[in-house]
Amino acid sequence: MALLKRLAELDRPQVDFVLDGQPAIALQGDTLLTALLCSVDALKGSDFSAEPRAGFCLMGACQDCWVRLEDGRRVRACSTLIEPGMQVTREPGRQP
Amino acid sequence: MNSTHVVIVGAGPAGVRAAETLVRKGVAPVLIDEGMRAGGQIYRQQPQGFSRPAKALYGFEASKANAIHVCAEDLASQIDYRPKTLVWNANADTLDLLCDDRFEQLGYDRLIVATGATDRVLPVPGWTLPGVYTLGAAQIALKFQGCAIGDPVVFAGTGPLLYLVAYQYAKAGAKVTAVLDEAGFSDQCRALPGLLRQPSTLAKGLYYRAWLLANGVRVEQGASLVRIDGEKRVASVAWQQGGVEHSLPCSAVGFSYALRSETQLADLLGCEFVWSPLNRAWLPRRDASGRSSLEHVYLAGDGAGIMGADAAEMAGERAALAVLQDMGIAVDGARAEKLERGLAQIERFRDGLEHAFPFPEGWAAKADDALMLCRCEEIRVGQLRDVVRAGAVDINRAKALCRVGMGRCQGRMCGAAAMEIIACESGLTIDSVGRLRGQAPIKPLPFAVGPDA
Ligand SMILES: Cc1cc2nc3c(=O)[nH]c(=O)nc-3n(C[C@H](O)[C@H](O)[C@H](O)COP(=O)(O)OP(=O)(O)OC[C@H]3O[C@@H](n4cnc5c(N)ncnc54)[C@H](O)[C@@H]3O)c2cc1C
Ligand code: FES
Repeated sequence: MALLKRLAELDRPQVDFVLDGQPAIALQGDTLLTALLCSVDALKGSDFSAEPRAGFCLMGACQDCWVRLEDGRRVRACSTLIEPGMQVTREPGRQP
Repeated sequence: MNSTHVVIVGAGPAGVRAAETLVRKGVAPVLIDEGMRAGGQIYRQQPQGFSRPAKALYGFEASKANAIHVCAEDLASQIDYRPKTLVWNANADTLDLLCDDRFEQLGYDRLIVATGATDRVLPVPGWTLPGVYTLGAAQIALKFQGCAIGDPVVFAGTGPLLYLVAYQYAKAGAKVTAVLDEAGFSDQCRALPGLLRQPSTLAKGLYYRAWLLANGVRVEQGASLVRIDGEKRVASVAWQQGGVEHSLPCSAVGFSYALRSETQLADLLGCEFVWSPLNRAWLPRRDASGRSSLEHVYLAGDGAGIMGADAAEMAGERAALAVLQDMGIAVDGARAEKLERGLAQIERFRDGLEHAFPFPEGWAAKADDALMLCRCEEIRVGQLRDVVRAGAVDINRAKALCRVGMGRCQGRMCGAAAMEIIACESGLTIDSVGRLRGQAPIKPLPFAVGPDA
């Protein structure tokens, strides 16, 4: 279930991407964080306890939103715009 | 154009006005900013293709926002403007940049550091749950993405952003269940004399609060966050008020305690730092003109002490005038003096704000040993207290021993809280537990991030 709720700017063109192997839809101009959290309620599991995390500062400061793309790039989800065809697989984090 | 290399880091109100001032005198600076578009935090622009008008995004501040955006646009063709570029290291004559996964080095003769601020955070149980964000984050979600961090939402903490963000959410159609103001009503009355020096800012704050009350939003004062509960995401929030615990269901919480300056670059450059009781933080020393302790380094805007956006514009211009003066270029001395007077006046107003939104000094004593202090390395308050009891009463020593402040965010989120815990546990004053040092890269680089990278 989505974490964020869209309130405005709903008329933007759709962008297709792939989330955990499933087709997903975002809107042009979404950050990766917005794109993911309008579909699901976490970005990843935390590094040390696999607790769900969904970012915190949205301004590139907390570093709690790094995700790995299929092409091997690691990016900060809050400061990276979604691109058509992007493939994101959420990392489960490390079990304690 | 002059051949001296002047570089400005940060394209918020401070950096943009600095660039404008230099260009007017024929000096074309390099303007570097991590953001996609100029404007900084308060005047952050929505991505291309969004259509809300400035009034909807910036409210009372729409005309100032427009002015900065137009100024930045005009400058773009006259200077070397580099958006989406991070300065991740700095030394006496060179900056290390990262842009689109490419590294570059940039030399400079004079440097204006205008790096702005981020939210100041004090952890609360449950603060790592999805749905918990800073107040600044809540505003960015709305302003930059047209999204609410959840619905219904509760806002808590203190600082000018608290009522502003709650108002912006309610206006945009989100259900704001409650505003939990850490400050009591009496704090705000005591602050009035200072606040009255800037009646328009005071009027805005009162307006947001009155609007929220008139629109049926519950506003609680003297309310301290106790806990945010939920299984895999936020389900409810609990707070304490006058010794009684209350709770409310909600799906998101936005909270923070005013702002903290981004000082890492000034630190790497070797600027001298001084303790600021008002900011409750170590800040790079700057004089009235924005000159730092280093000959070629100038400081402007919230990155060297929180004074707000209007002051940032003035400080940016003033610092640029100082650069020009130091290059031997004649400037309008009366203008420089006027800017300094304006800044001094805002500084006095800041005093009032600090009383209206006081720092919750009792936070550390109340923090439970099990509370997650550092969200990067998942260090708990008790682990820090252990090393303090074993003698590590300096923040850098404590960091080496228990890793607090050593994670990816370099203490941006936990540093203020860690200092409070050390001071409380050791009995030292907050200004004698040392200053958390910055390290390059000041933000993780994409190629070497994460425990397995
Ligand atoms: C999220 C947030 C929201 C805010 N909203 C409001 C508001 O609505 N109303 C209000 O009155 N005040 C608000 N404030 C306070 C206001 O932002 C500041 O007073 C004002 O923006 C300060 O301007 P500045 O130019 O000093 O810094 P900023 O506007 O913060 O600009 C600094 C710029 O520097 C860039 N930068 C920093 N470090 C680096 C680096 N190493 N490399 C490259 N670029 C870098 C940043 O990306 C940013 O664009 C807000 C603050 C925050 C953090
Ligand atoms: S959410 Fe904090 S860095 Fe992205």
